[in-house]
Amino acid sequence: MFIIVLGVTGYPLLQTIWLSFHSRPLAGHDVQADWVGLANFKTVLENAAFRAAVARTLYFTIVSVLAEAMIGVMVALLLDQEFRGRAFVRALLVLPLAMPTVVSAMMWRLIYNPEYGAFNALLLQIGLIDDYRSWLGAPGLAMNMVIIAEVWKNFSIVAIIVLAALQTIPRELYEAATIDGAGPWARFRNVTWPGILAPLSVALVLRTIEAFKVFDIFYVMTRGGPANTTKTATFFVYDESFAFLRAGSASSYALVVVAISMVLIAIYVRLLRRQDQP
Amino acid sequence: MRRIFWRIALYTSVLLVTTIILAPVCWMFIMSVSSMTDLTARPMQWLPATMDFSRYRMLLTFEPNSPGEIFLLALRNTFLAAAGASILSLIVGFPAAYSFSRLPGRRAPLLYLVLSTYMLPSAALILPIYIALSAFGLLNTPFSLAVVYCSIVLPFVVWLLTGNLNTLPREIDQAAAMDGANLWQTIRHVVLPLSGAAIGTAALFGLLLAWDEFFFSLILTNDLRAKTLSVAIADFAAGRATDYPLIATAGLLSALPPVFIAFFLQRSLVKGLAAGSVKG
Repeated sequence: MFIIVLGVTGYPLLQTIWLSFHSRPLAGHDVQADWVGLANFKTVLENAAFRAAVARTLYFTIVSVLAEAMIGVMVALLLDQEFRGRAFVRALLVLPLAMPTVVSAMMWRLIYNPEYGAFNALLLQIGLIDDYRSWLGAPGLAMNMVIIAEVWKNFSIVAIIVLAALQTIPRELYEAATIDGAGPWARFRNVTWPGILAPLSVALVLRTIEAFKVFDIFYVMTRGGPANTTKTATFFVYDESFAFLRAGSASSYALVVVAISMVLIAIYVRLLRRQDQP
Repeated sequence: MRRIFWRIALYTSVLLVTTIILAPVCWMFIMSVSSMTDLTARPMQWLPATMDFSRYRMLLTFEPNSPGEIFLLALRNTFLAAAGASILSLIVGFPAAYSFSRLPGRRAPLLYLVLSTYMLPSAALILPIYIALSAFGLLNTPFSLAVVYCSIVLPFVVWLLTGNLNTLPREIDQAAAMDGANLWQTIRHVVLPLSGAAIGTAALFGLLLAWDEFFFSLILTNDLRAKTLSVAIADFAAGRATDYPLIATAGLLSALPPVFIAFFLQRSLVKGLAAGSVKG
């Protein structure tokens, strides 16, 4: 296993670090790579557009993960109740999860279509808007519209994990709490919350880290537009390497993204380990 | 009275959740069987006058230089890359997970290291992988894509399997050892059969992860010899072609295999998700 992990992860990562200190064109394999020290990092960190992209990516990450957490927990609590057709609705949760990201992005792009998208038609027919709008073409709006698509796709992961945790909470605990005079809120606070906290935070680990490296959903829905307002950090790596063909500085962009991801990963791994050893 | 109110609120919320999940997908289906005139009509007619399945036929017939050729070849490439990555990851991931779960020594830090490689952005690895593959002339093949996908699938498989193996009591291994089984026999006859569901889940997850992959495929492939569905769909969606029903059909068809697999193995999927995450 370690050979494969080293081959597809370890070696490329070290190579990326090496590249980031060099100036090298992308094409060819025996081309000259000149040592440039920290110059690439200087370019990257002084690039205001890139700093804005990082802030944008953090906004996307925080808003969508918070929304996924809230909606996910609420849906899980709902599906933990007794009602007819519960098995069916629970099974439905798998649908957005199994839908490929690119397909879901494409689907939402069509729904938001400015000329005849279903979103425009729906809002117009119930009277919320007067005329069709370009949801993905308006600079202030596009990011939030992509967030809706992202939340639709991923809230169910949180819901499934929390729902599974809810089912491990013994019913007697709720009964005992009720007998002790605890109201619904106190029962949630003292019985439900401690039971779902650990799995919930682990679910949010994965979501946060996935959301921060986002690329595909934006690539399909907006290509970073309009006016670069949805250009996330990963786009800089992509453009620098495969549009401008500069492997050295592209690696520096990549490493900045990695560094931020590492901070997120470290925070959550600590969280995870603390829960493993109560 | 309060009870009735509660029931109504409950069913309304359930209906709302169901609609939110289903409506976009239903709309994609409606688009796929509509004509362009139905779709561009204002005010919007929600249901098409006639159902037109011609795009499904178009995408599923192999004819040179047609959308069908693009779709079917991309389907083949996706399957090769995803199945390859899944199988490779299971072959090397199971022994790794077993050693994490059973062998003595403090391996927890190493496990978390493996876990963190799964979370590493693909952007961190793409340049050296691209340069190396191009040096060996291996760009644009489904098999190199399968190997590269292991960087995503393998850590997740190891993580999931380790969590599941930890729930198997160690006494089972010890009992087998008492009966004179060596390590290999213990794994082969005791642990492996008991891990069937976990392995199924891991394989399923591997397939789903690889089926979903976009970034590596976008960069490491450039034509139909290796281009995967996700990239083909992105091309369809971004292209100048305005045959939106065709795009919707392609999306729907390429979502079918992962959705079908996920529903078929739903139980172990949910269980695996939960166990994997609770155990970390």
